[in-house]
This record gives sequence, structure tokens and C-alpha cells, in this order.
Amino acid sequence: MEKIAVSSEGPDMDARVDPRFGRAAGFIIIDPDTMAFEYVDNGSSQVMAQGAGIQAAEIVAATGARVLLTGFVGPKAFQALNAAGIRIGQNVDNLTVREAVQRFQAGDVPVADAPNSRGHRS
Amino acid sequence: MIVAVASGKGGTGKTTVSASLASVWPSPVVAVDLDVEEPNLHLFMNPAISAQEPSYIEIPEIDDEKCTRCRACTDICQFKAIGIFGEVVMTFPEMCHGCGACWTICPEEAITPGKRELGQILSGRSGPSAFVMGRLRVGEAMSPPLMRDVKRHLNGGSGYAGRDIIIDAPPGVSCPAINAVMDADVIVLVTEPTPFGLYDLALAQQAFAPLGKPMGVVINRADIGTRDVYDHCQKTGLTILAEIPYQRDIAEAYAKGRIIAVAVPSMRALFETLVGQIKTLHGQPSMAREVQHA
Amino acid sequence: MREILILSGKGGTGKTSLTAAFAHLASGHIICDLDVDAPDLHLILQPENRETEHFLSGHEAIIRPDDCERCGQCADACRYDAIQGDDPPVINPLKCEGCKLCVEICPAKAIDFELNHCGDWYRSTSRFGPMVHAQLFPAEENSGRLVALLRQQARAMAEAKGLDLILSDGPPGIGCPVISALSGTDLAIIVTEPTVSGRHDLERVLELCTHFKIPAGVIINKCDLNQEQAEGIEAYCEEHQLSFIGKLPHLTAFTEAMIQGLTITEFSSNGVRESIKTIWDNILKLAAPKPVLDRAADD
Repeated sequence: MEKIAVSSEGPDMDARVDPRFGRAAGFIIIDPDTMAFEYVDNGSSQVMAQGAGIQAAEIVAATGARVLLTGFVGPKAFQALNAAGIRIGQNVDNLTVREAVQRFQAGDVPVADAPNSRGHRS
Repeated sequence: MIVAVASGKGGTGKTTVSASLASVWPSPVVAVDLDVEEPNLHLFMNPAISAQEPSYIEIPEIDDEKCTRCRACTDICQFKAIGIFGEVVMTFPEMCHGCGACWTICPEEAITPGKRELGQILSGRSGPSAFVMGRLRVGEAMSPPLMRDVKRHLNGGSGYAGRDIIIDAPPGVSCPAINAVMDADVIVLVTEPTPFGLYDLALAQQAFAPLGKPMGVVINRADIGTRDVYDHCQKTGLTILAEIPYQRDIAEAYAKGRIIAVAVPSMRALFETLVGQIKTLHGQPSMAREVQHA
Repeated sequence: MREILILSGKGGTGKTSLTAAFAHLASGHIICDLDVDAPDLHLILQPENRETEHFLSGHEAIIRPDDCERCGQCADACRYDAIQGDDPPVINPLKCEGCKLCVEICPAKAIDFELNHCGDWYRSTSRFGPMVHAQLFPAEENSGRLVALLRQQARAMAEAKGLDLILSDGPPGIGCPVISALSGTDLAIIVTEPTVSGRHDLERVLELCTHFKIPAGVIINKCDLNQEQAEGIEAYCEEHQLSFIGKLPHLTAFTEAMIQGLTITEFSSNGVRESIKTIWDNILKLAAPKPVLDRAADD
């Protein structure tokens, strides 16, 4: 099954989902068949004066993940993720990474068709 | 001579002063509105506009077939105007700062300059004065690129040769304000004698001091507050060039879009004196002052 | 949680003074000064217990003269005219855009690219509640990132303290900082004045609000300055389905209160205080949550 990326506040499955996408601390990339995971740091996006969401989208696309679970995605990042063919599950903040993945696998996370954040100019 | 009329605080009277100066200046000037986000000078000077041109910034256009997804462009772009997501290459034109780094380094020559509209440059005449303004497109985030283009237009125009230039600057002390005053010979700071006026004046002094231009102050609505602004000017060696009183007839003329040096009899003489003061300031050696900011 | 942004387009209309008054009248709120270029709200609110954080954003290119080969390629490539002189060339930080082109193309790799400490931001407490504010260092680029950061901090603080209102004093103009302040906010209140300039700038900032689909309301300050202009603005609001929130005559109390470090509602007598309270109540009504699944930006 396709890899899943989850924005995360910390480097393991029991970390909380980071509600932000563009300036998330990092991403947990999970192979749902084995539940093996790796952590990808998003520090390079956080320091950007502008365009953090676009940078984060590049980082996620480069991992090969085909699904992203997160809290809020702004319009530019949404555009970018869509273009990359990555399906987006929004509004899963207030869960741990593990819980978010389980919820997704249970079919309880709808795929977004519009960004849920008006975003910032940058 | 180039005179920039600036201030830290908004609403102190920059446009009031600029328009009045242009109207009494002893020789025909070029009046320039560089507050491209909220230009007001034309509301008072009522220029007859004879030319209007769009202003553009160059943005990347990528030939998808030539692009090898080597990522050199997206790696160098500090503004994320280009993103590569797997095989998909996207540009985000509104993010671009027009630096040209991407097409300069693309090894495949796959990027060429396209354009994004910044706004409009309008020019014409108001009485004997030449008039130039920039107007930022609503939704365009950056004003300095349009300001730079207005300045380029000024430098290219033969109709402006030999004339003194009066610049109505945007408020504040960050990039746009610096862009407006950096080429001036003299900076006139307009303030009001209130705590906000004083705080923002000190910020402006600090911001502009490194430019090494002679600076003077016009105190507007001079009787509405305290003496703190006056004391500050004295302590930091800022010449007070003029004081405009708070008078109902001045405020009403301004509200109607009248130039106060024209509409209010006592103001003509005040502004003629101010012209003299500015010219004297220009003649003095420029001093960069260290300002201790509270 | 609701975010209310007070704007003006044009400076000097009384935006900051009125924001301070609203901060006094409101309860259960975080106060945010988003004018990071020339902030004034703190002069009335006098925040204390200031925790300072450095704001690092963007980069500056700096040539190392000892390694520079004087080839001139950097100056040729720079589109901002930021590189002057040739022995050695020097980069003017006021013109450097931080684009990195010179750093990349320098054959001697003689140009450093340093992260810029361009301002400080603060978490403080004021007599009306917690406050988040900042000061960009003079002459720095005001890209809106600091504005975005303050809003993010304000939201985090509001959540942590269980507060549901953020009241923000906005930046002037219509550029980057205003766009950053506007996107994703719940309500924009524009303080204007009945003058030709005020009307012109009001229309531009309203156009921006429409562009970003932010509901807007209008307050006319110094309404007795010009009756015709004031009526014109009210008519404009009606034509464009904008909420007309209220109006105030020119009051010397605005300046007198400022001099004493008080809000106009702390300083003034009942009549003025009541007028401003009515205006604030109108704002709250307009800002009240509607049953729409719309979540605020948190990126």
C-alpha cells in the first residue's frame, strides 16, 4: 500500500500530529503494510521567510508518500500537493500520528477537495 | 535637488507638505508619489495625466520539455517561486522577487522571463510641475519593485531634466520607506507633537541616519500635544524646519482635497519659508547622527 | 476563536487609539500589534513582563574581500544594483534582496549568505490582557512573515489560556504586511476619516478585503470634519453591502488620553465612553461566529 506522510511534532508514532503543514516540525513517513516509519525534519521550511508550505510539499513529494495527513493546509501548498498527486486528509490534529493513521485506514478521514486554511500570503 | 518627504508615523502630513511645497517652489519641479500602496498626491495636485503604462516584474516561465527536474532552480530560489513535486514542476508567480537567479543558473536554458503586473505608472502635469506616480495593483504584495520602476521612469525622462524633485514617500521605516528616501539629497521628516509622533520620528531618524543625508523636521498640528518632540529634536540635533499649526480652516481645506498653501492665505508664506529652510539644509554638510532609541 | 483586525489604509485616522479603547472594553482576549514597522499600541498599553525572542528571516549576502577575485560578475548579475565598487566590491545591505544569485555564481565562492536577525518580538502582559507585539529593526524588509508569526503566537496563546478573541492593530497600506494580517482573519474593521485621502485609501483597502473574502466594517472617525464626505462614505458602505459600524466626531481627547498613556475610554467622560462602547458592541455582533465550517489559518 502507498506510503502515508503525517505532519508531526516529534520523531515517533506517539507524537502529536502537528496541526500546521508548512511549518510543521517534521513528517513521519509510514509504510502502512509494515508500520515501519521514518522521520523527516522540516526545519528548512520553518526558517523560510515565505513559501514554507511549498517547500514542505516538495519535501513530502520527495519521500514518495501518496497520502498526507495533517491539520491545516493553505492554498498554495494544497495546489502543490494536488499537482503532485498526493491525497490530503485534513483536520486530524488533536490526535497522535498513530491514531491519525489508524483513523485513515479505517476509512474515517475524508480526502480533501479544498484547502481548509486560507493560509498566509507567504 | 531631490527632496524626500517622509515620516515614521502615517497620517502626519507628508502629502500635505509635498503638495504645498510643489505649489510654491520657485522653479518648476517634478512631483513624485512613491507611496504606491496608497498614493494620495494626485488627489491634491489634480494632474492632467498624459501617459499611463503598466509596470511588470519578470517571473520564471519553465519549458516543461527542456526541464530535466535537476532542481537547481528550486534549490536556489529563496522565495519558493518554483516547486518540483515528483515529476510536476510548478511556478508560483506571486512569490517571485524578480531576481533572475533561476534562469541564470538553469543548465538546460529551460527558464525564460515572463511577467507579473505590479501596477501602473502614471505621468502628466499639474500646473508648471511635472507629475509622476506609481499605483500598486490591489493584491500585489511588494511595493519596492514598483517604486524602483517609477524611479527608472524618472531617470529616463527628458522632460524632467534640470528640475528639482519632490518625493512623497510612504510611511514607516522599513523597505518601502528606505527605497523612497535613499536617492534624496535632503529628507524632510513630518511629525506631530504626540507620543506616537515622537516614537515614530525617533524610529525614522534611526532608520535613515545611515544614509547620511541632511534631515530636518516639519511639525504638523504643532499645538495639539506636548513639547517632547521639540526637546527630542534639540537633543538629537534635528533642525525644525517649520511648524504648521492645527487650525480648523487648514483641516477643512485638506478634507476637501485642497492644497493648503494655495487654499489658506497664511500657509503660502509658511511654505515659502520652508523652501528656503530646505535649501539651506541641503547646503550644509550631511551628518549621520547616532540616535539612542528609547 | 475569532480574530478581529483593525485597519485603516491611510495612516492617522485613529486606528491605534481605537484599538487600545477596544482592548479596554473587551474581555477574554489577546491583544496583538501587527504594525511591526512603526508599532505604537504599546505606548498606550504599556505592556510588562516582556519575553523577547529574536526574529530571523531572510538572508544577506556579504563579500569576503580577501577571497574576492574582483571579477565583477556579481555586480553584473545583481538586479537590485546592490553591489558597488570594484576593489573590493561591497554589497549594500539596504539594497540586497537576499536572492543568493551572487553567492551561487561567484567563481571564488567569496560571498557568505547569512541569516538575518531583522527584529525582535515579544510576549507581554498589559493591564487589559496578554499582548503579542514586535519591532522590526529600522530599514529591514517587512515581508509579512513577522506578522504571520505574531498571529500564530497569538492563536497559540489564546488556545493555551482558553481565550476566544484576538484583537489586532493592523499595519497601514495594502502591501505584504496587510495581506499577511488579513488572510484568514474573521473580520476587518476599517477606521477612516471623511477626507478625500481617507476615502481613496478606504476603497483600496476594502478592495483588498474583498479580494481575500474577508468581511469588513467601517468606522468614520473625525466625522464632523466634512459632512459631505462622511455621508458619501456611509452611502458607499450601503451600496457595497459593507457594515457601517459607527462614527465619532473629532475629539481632542484622543491626543490628551495618548499623552497620559490612557485609552480614550479610560480618560473620557461617559458620553464618549458610551459612544465607543456602542461601536465595540456593534463589532462584536458582527464578529459573532456563524454556523460555517471554516477553520482559521494556523500554518
